[in-house]
Amino acid sequence: MANSSGSIRTPAAKVRHLGSARSGTQHAWRMRVTSFALLPLSIAFIWIVLGLVGKDYAAVREALGSPVAAIVMLLFVPTSIYHMMLGMQTIIEDYVHGEHMKTWALMANMFFCAVVGLASVYAVLRLSFI
Amino acid sequence: MAGTDQSPIANEQRRPLSPHLQVYAFALTTAMSIAHRITGAGLYLGTLLLAWWLIAAATSASAFADVSWFMESIVGRLILLGFTWALFQHMLGGIRHFIWDSGYWMDHPQREYLAKGTLIGGFVLTILVWIAAYTIR
Repeated sequence: MANSSGSIRTPAAKVRHLGSARSGTQHAWRMRVTSFALLPLSIAFIWIVLGLVGKDYAAVREALGSPVAAIVMLLFVPTSIYHMMLGMQTIIEDYVHGEHMKTWALMANMFFCAVVGLASVYAVLRLSFI
Repeated sequence: MAGTDQSPIANEQRRPLSPHLQVYAFALTTAMSIAHRITGAGLYLGTLLLAWWLIAAATSASAFADVSWFMESIVGRLILLGFTWALFQHMLGGIRHFIWDSGYWMDHPQREYLAKGTLIGGFVLTILVWIAAYTIR
């Protein structure tokens, strides 16, 4: 990847003195914040799902539409989706090295997370209000 | 990319440029590190199931019957069992990372205890939740 143009300059030399983007630790920090939030949220999510085992449609609708369950789900879904988007970004950056393929994969990751996340949030809101 | 370039150093004298999994001896800590990534990727795909379930519940009784049928099938139960384990394994792996972030238990033998705790804890919590699930229904 480096020096593909035949230059003998090192990758570090090419970017030195250009200034930082001030986002070096952003990914790591957001990963920690979402992880920490997901500890109680995941347990609450499991608790809600456990309470719905074997219930019929009406009971599930009523339970998921209750304020506490809906608020937990509205916190849990976006937090976990954002967390997994960051995680999959790292996996892609680790294993996909071609620039084009990497760009497409990173974009697909964001689109997947946006679709799954917003669809789930929409469903939770609909269960509460309709 | 060894072999095709014009390096003056013979192939067999070169050191690995980027040490990866194959150059390290296997350890439980290695396995837990790999398991953390794999369970993370599994949970990523598992959100499709969660989204399907929520959307079906929000749509109609027949849509919910479809998702219920799938979740109660043998394949569905195995996927949910795997999802439960992946969630706990990944959660405990995350706690392990928090402990390391705080600067503790990175040395031998604490890191081995953490790895064992993650592995055993993941199985135990999964079994407990499934016992609870079968007891409730």
